[in-house]
Amino acid sequence: MVKKVIEGNHAVSYGIRDARAEVIAAYPITPQTHIVELLSEFCASGELKAKFIKVESEHSAMAACVGASAAGARASTATSSQGLALMHEMLHWASNARHPIVMANVNRAMGPPWNIWTDQNDSIAQRDTGWLQFYCSTNQEVYDTTLMAFKICENDKVLLPGMLVLDAFVLSHTSEVVDMPLQEEIDEFLPPYNAKYKLDLDDPRSFGGLMFPDWYYELKYKQQTSMEEALKVIEKVGKEFGDRFGRYYGLVEEYRIEEAEIILVVSATIAQTSKEAVDILRKEGMKIGLVRIRTFRPFPKEKIRKIASKIDKMIVLDRNISIGSEGAFFTETKACLYNEKDRPEIYGVIIGLGGRDVTVEDIMKIAKKGKEGKFKINEINWWGVKL
Amino acid sequence: MEKEMYEVRFHGRGGQGAVTAATILADAAFREGKDVQAFPIFGVERRGAPVAAFMRMDTKPIDLKTQIYEPDSIVVLDPTLLDVIDVTKGLKEGGKIIINSSKKASEFKFGKAKVYTIDATKIAVKHGLGTKTNPIVNTAILGAYSKAVGNVSIEAIEEAIGEKVPRKKEENKKAAREAYEETRGE
Amino acid sequence: MKLTIPEEELMYEGTVDCQGCGAGLAMRYALKALGKKTFVVIPACCWSIIAGPFPTSALQVPLYHTAFETAAVVSSGIKAALDIKGIDATVMAWAGDGGTFDIGIQALSGVAERNEDIIYVCYDNEAYMNTGIQRSSATPYKAWTTTTPRNYPKARPKKDIDEILVAHDIPYVATASVAYPEDFIRKLQKAKKIKGTKFIHVLAPCPTGWRSLPQHTIKLARLAVQTNIFPLYEVENGKYKINIKPKNPKPVEEYLKLQGRFRHLTEENIKEIQEATNKKWKKLLRKEEFF
Repeated sequence: MVKKVIEGNHAVSYGIRDARAEVIAAYPITPQTHIVELLSEFCASGELKAKFIKVESEHSAMAACVGASAAGARASTATSSQGLALMHEMLHWASNARHPIVMANVNRAMGPPWNIWTDQNDSIAQRDTGWLQFYCSTNQEVYDTTLMAFKICENDKVLLPGMLVLDAFVLSHTSEVVDMPLQEEIDEFLPPYNAKYKLDLDDPRSFGGLMFPDWYYELKYKQQTSMEEALKVIEKVGKEFGDRFGRYYGLVEEYRIEEAEIILVVSATIAQTSKEAVDILRKEGMKIGLVRIRTFRPFPKEKIRKIASKIDKMIVLDRNISIGSEGAFFTETKACLYNEKDRPEIYGVIIGLGGRDVTVEDIMKIAKKGKEGKFKINEINWWGVKL
Repeated sequence: MEKEMYEVRFHGRGGQGAVTAATILADAAFREGKDVQAFPIFGVERRGAPVAAFMRMDTKPIDLKTQIYEPDSIVVLDPTLLDVIDVTKGLKEGGKIIINSSKKASEFKFGKAKVYTIDATKIAVKHGLGTKTNPIVNTAILGAYSKAVGNVSIEAIEEAIGEKVPRKKEENKKAAREAYEETRGE
Repeated sequence: MKLTIPEEELMYEGTVDCQGCGAGLAMRYALKALGKKTFVVIPACCWSIIAGPFPTSALQVPLYHTAFETAAVVSSGIKAALDIKGIDATVMAWAGDGGTFDIGIQALSGVAERNEDIIYVCYDNEAYMNTGIQRSSATPYKAWTTTTPRNYPKARPKKDIDEILVAHDIPYVATASVAYPEDFIRKLQKAKKIKGTKFIHVLAPCPTGWRSLPQHTIKLARLAVQTNIFPLYEVENGKYKINIKPKNPKPVEEYLKLQGRFRHLTEENIKEIQEATNKKWKKLLRKEEFF
């Protein structure tokens, strides 16, 4: 294995390289550009034997990946914010067409006004498109998830596209230590993509044509059941990854939840900072723990229900907001617990939109406020708003 | 809360290599067994505009993912910034400041901070790194950091330069070493 | 000495463009040419930043920031509103080469096909500079960018955006260069008086992305014309007029050698580029003769 100090964006590039992607189609957008630039270099030097299509827009980037995947190639791209939004139509296309494309999305706020810093609205707005979504909290996880995503998405029972999500700047441009296994070991873990269905001269078929109401509904049923299968596949692959490379991943990450009375439900890099806060609060005697939701799609309902059954209070932090409703992780957490007999009290807090820094102090204050039951139940709790 | 974490902030102008300096230092500290993080000020950089970069190192794994508000030491690649921004903002008491300057350390007054100076421009130009008007001082100033602060060895910095610097690796290593030898405090 | 261009400044000092930025200069000239009754639309590009962050604005005229691919069509929307309200003013789309040649071409083609009444200015620094110097279809043959590394430089020639716009049958297409401010301003003032789609393509050297010296920006913008690499011409209602015909065109090498993005060029490459330039120039001369 090789250990390097690299930024999150480069962790994606190395991941795509080591996964032996075959076609990459990408368009530059801050703060994703370093992903694409390093991949260009890998392709130019021959380190990565892939075709790199330098498309003229993100809509075309996804369209090119769709074409490549349809022809049986392992296709990959990366984008952020406005670019992800521009891809929207083709995100639906990729999932409905069952193409296991893997994409990195750097979480960046939507404009206007132009804001290149991190928040989750771009990826959350795509939660209905049928893509798996993995929220990463360290560069190591970014690299590892890139490799696992291909294996998960290409699994016969899944065959859906997946996006790994990393915070703008806090991960994308931050250098950390990343441990990369040897290529031979990765090849054993991730064999070449062998498409179950592809455009094939020897078996000519038509893909995606007109379908009347009498069968469309069944295709959606199959898409959803594949997402449900993905819950198991993600855990299976995460375990296999751990057995081979020493780092285990699941649907969620539990941190100090033993005998916790209050749990923070967090995602991405806020979870890392929250771990520091949890350590301090535990020392002060608070029975607090943390659950980091790693996969937002498929949403880990059973895991949340299991954890919720043993605690009194949950505070869900959202670095996003569905305007007209509330934070997305908050909504989905409440929804999966609604029918449970024993439900904790759940508070939702909006924090860090547009890249506003989230500190250990913030988390500690939130935890204390939650413990004292001082959060509003039927109104939005805006942390740090200046108005 | 005991703190073994050490945080450094770098000040430079866009194009001078402040961000690379932070990354090289992180790489060097990693080689000596520390867990590290390095990142630029998350902003839109234009050539010549003031930029800042940060690095953290710790003997334990670093979970924290926030900005650095109270650095333990500060490195200034371009002395003209001293008139433009407050480079010492948030510096911990007893913190260290390393400045690229031909002046003596005693000529700078930053309260209780310990000042170190090094003529990194002269050293950089001597080793053919950039020009007199646009010198690339980032590797030289890391040599000065190593001597002034003492928590990352010059050998590790030289190795990190070998890994992270694309061109003129030997010249950059020599510049770092020379600055290391020459750095003096108050 | 008498000033041969309008004196009034409609752009504030202290903008954050890089040292030697051609785009900053181009906007300053453009606003002088068009005057106060101008609405400006800027998509994602360097000028999104140069225009200044909240709560500032570099321009003394109304400015709308818009999504990358939409400059032309958002401009036409604004113009339609002004027309229906009886407000007489110019709407200028101000986009980089990325937002014009690539992601913005659909909207631009649509607007041109409909002959919407806007002035579209593309300031061309020949790559996606704002996001860190990635290639665009405006990047010249063999140039280095961060997505066309030196061992695999740009393999295709610069897209001929001017001819694409001429093919749309719009009343006015012109090229310009920041080294010829009077010519640029004259063209904008001519465009202002015409109804329909007016397209002006101005070469704006970028020291950061071209790896040239900031003090060479004007020199490069002039050499581009003097070598016939970037001819100055107008096409008014389909009729071609070349504005500058260098009697003794300078060799392309003089232009290329001042830019680090071409430092890897071999003698063979330079010869290729010279031949391609000569061929294109001859073609342009023919067009002027026949159209």
